[in-house]
Amino acid sequence: MTTTVHTPDHAHGDDHHDHHPHGLTRWLAATNHKDIGTLYMWFAFIMFLTGGVMALCIRAELFSPGLQFVRPELFNQFTTLHGLIMVFGAIMPAFTGLANWMIPLMIGAPDMAFARMNNWSFWLLPPAALLLMISFAVPGGAAAAGWTLYAPLSTQMGMGMDLTIFAIHIMGISSIMGAINIITTILNMRAPGMTMMKMPMFVWTSLITAYLLIAVMPVLAGAVTMVLTDRHFGTSFFNAAGGGDPVLYQHIFWFFGHPEVYIMALPAFGVVSQVIPTFARKTLFGYHSMVYATSSIAILSFMVWAHHMYSVGMPVTAQLFFMYATTLIAVPTGVKVFNWIATMWKGSMTFETPMLFAIGFVCLFTMGGFSGVVLSIAAVDIQLHDTYYVVAHFHYVLVAGALFSLFAAVYYWLPKWTGFMYSETRGKIHFWWSMIAFNVTFFPMHFLGLAGMPRRIPDYAVQFTEFNALASVGAFAFGIAQIYFLFAVLLPTIRGGAGPAPAKPWEGGNTLEWEVPSPAPFHTWEQPPSRELVDKLAAQQQLH
Amino acid sequence: MDTLQSDNRRLMAKLIVIAVGMFGFGFALVPFYDQICEATGINNLLRPDKVENTQVVASRTVTVELDANLRADLPWRFAPEQRKLQVHPGQMVQVVYDIENNGPRPIVAQAIPSYGPKRAGEYFNKLECFCFSKQQFAAGEKRRMPVVFVIDPSLPEDIHTITLSYSFFEVAGTAQPAA
Repeated sequence: MTTTVHTPDHAHGDDHHDHHPHGLTRWLAATNHKDIGTLYMWFAFIMFLTGGVMALCIRAELFSPGLQFVRPELFNQFTTLHGLIMVFGAIMPAFTGLANWMIPLMIGAPDMAFARMNNWSFWLLPPAALLLMISFAVPGGAAAAGWTLYAPLSTQMGMGMDLTIFAIHIMGISSIMGAINIITTILNMRAPGMTMMKMPMFVWTSLITAYLLIAVMPVLAGAVTMVLTDRHFGTSFFNAAGGGDPVLYQHIFWFFGHPEVYIMALPAFGVVSQVIPTFARKTLFGYHSMVYATSSIAILSFMVWAHHMYSVGMPVTAQLFFMYATTLIAVPTGVKVFNWIATMWKGSMTFETPMLFAIGFVCLFTMGGFSGVVLSIAAVDIQLHDTYYVVAHFHYVLVAGALFSLFAAVYYWLPKWTGFMYSETRGKIHFWWSMIAFNVTFFPMHFLGLAGMPRRIPDYAVQFTEFNALASVGAFAFGIAQIYFLFAVLLPTIRGGAGPAPAKPWEGGNTLEWEVPSPAPFHTWEQPPSRELVDKLAAQQQLH
Repeated sequence: MDTLQSDNRRLMAKLIVIAVGMFGFGFALVPFYDQICEATGINNLLRPDKVENTQVVASRTVTVELDANLRADLPWRFAPEQRKLQVHPGQMVQVVYDIENNGPRPIVAQAIPSYGPKRAGEYFNKLECFCFSKQQFAAGEKRRMPVVFVIDPSLPEDIHTITLSYSFFEVAGTAQPAA
């Protein structure tokens, strides 16, 4: 196989269907969107386990008051790297992997637009992850300024911070290339007849997410570049002595950071918008309002960044502006939640594992959204800033939100990827185990935060002992559930699972990916799907 | 399909321009932030305050504590001649700091004031201060530098003590050799 971009014309009449390089070359030189998607997903899963181990070290230390297992310096490195790895190593690559695998299948394109660039965007990630891991071994250890890398702490630390900055640069370039690929594929390579307003929701949310990435990843790159030049090249962007201002760093970081939150949430919305209609056997309620709500969330996300920094001493007017803008985001988000509920309403629902994770997502994400509305109120946030209430809030939206939707996606599309059905019983065990352990871990953190326990501190006052012990038990149970997922669900399914999967394992599915065989052959849609097929599926989804 | 490929390339070029532009935007936020802070009067540390009403409120006394700090390993001695004094709101007061460069090289440094309690800052009007500009000290040079201030009579009633704290930071790489 050559490394040219596969256009329908090029592939026409060619019968090299499953001829592809084998062994290591297949993966190192991968240009096939499915192979690259698979690489992304496995990379994300490995990083998820790595970040998870760090989280468990944190929870082990916090099981009881006092210092037990790790030095405070190492504890800080764990909290920092846990955040960075989960955000940049697990959640974002997982969604990019999903987009790579599914978007060409869902829009009837033969591959991603820039196949070789796609290879680059993936293979930049492992070196970046390696830099982060190496940084634990350098003098001074890994970065320990929190995942936000606030100046002036980040302008003072050892060379672990330099490695982190380089890792962020590399991962940023990777994300931007991935985003360019996604946008180009979606805008230029849809099957004839598939207008923008007939695209599946997951494609829409991936498109908007990719635009957000292109808009804000460079800003983060700029911010960490300024930290780098402050550290080594005598500039004073964030150094008060040279006329700079550390608060400026927070503004630039969160100008990136808040859209970043939606970069992790919007694709999750897309996945859930695919899964719920399938298992409710109804069309997605309010498709158009979903599109507009997603776009509004994306636009609003650029105007709310300072709600992360109410406590820096902003003028009241600014606090009020950011507070109102933030609470405004609850409106389009509410539209989405009500649309999902309305989709389920009076549907012929069945509760296969993807549906369970999707419903779990809707319930828990909404709770995380509500605690977000609480935190958006400046007067309340001053009290709760940097407490465990914030930790509880963003784990409800990122673990029960982004991660649960990823599990929903994996269960939903696993038959298409592997050609085999997973074991429904084991999937349900994984869901309920994760669901219970998640809540045992993070629900008590609301109380800890309200009672004033600060985050990122390895020790705490004795009155917080019980809830912390409970959270630690939950965290270990949650971790074991993911090991169970790997060994009892994922690997067995790849090896044959509960038998071969039909092309369309879910009767409610009516998007294009179910029109190709399971497992999806190496090359799909080399001949774009026929106009009749596209129109028929659009009619089934009631999209006009 | 060559048109598809060239369409794709053109779109990629546009998207790369956006990405590069946003990288520049990140840096553009720096002067923008400075302008906002100046326009709204936040971080107005380096300019003398205007004092209109100097009616002395003799019935009220406020304790002013003076604090002096050096950042990093600045080889200076920096201390107020008086640690604590009693002043009336509206009264013009001069205090003097002793500053000495004990190091072997000329050093340029900038003093940044801060106040405790923080909200007292907006009532603490400085007319003259060594903190309004960078200070260059030759090796071994010693100076007495004044601060002239007036406390605004509208200072909230519950503030009885104000701490004025200075930190001197070295401005690296800007020292000129002595002429």
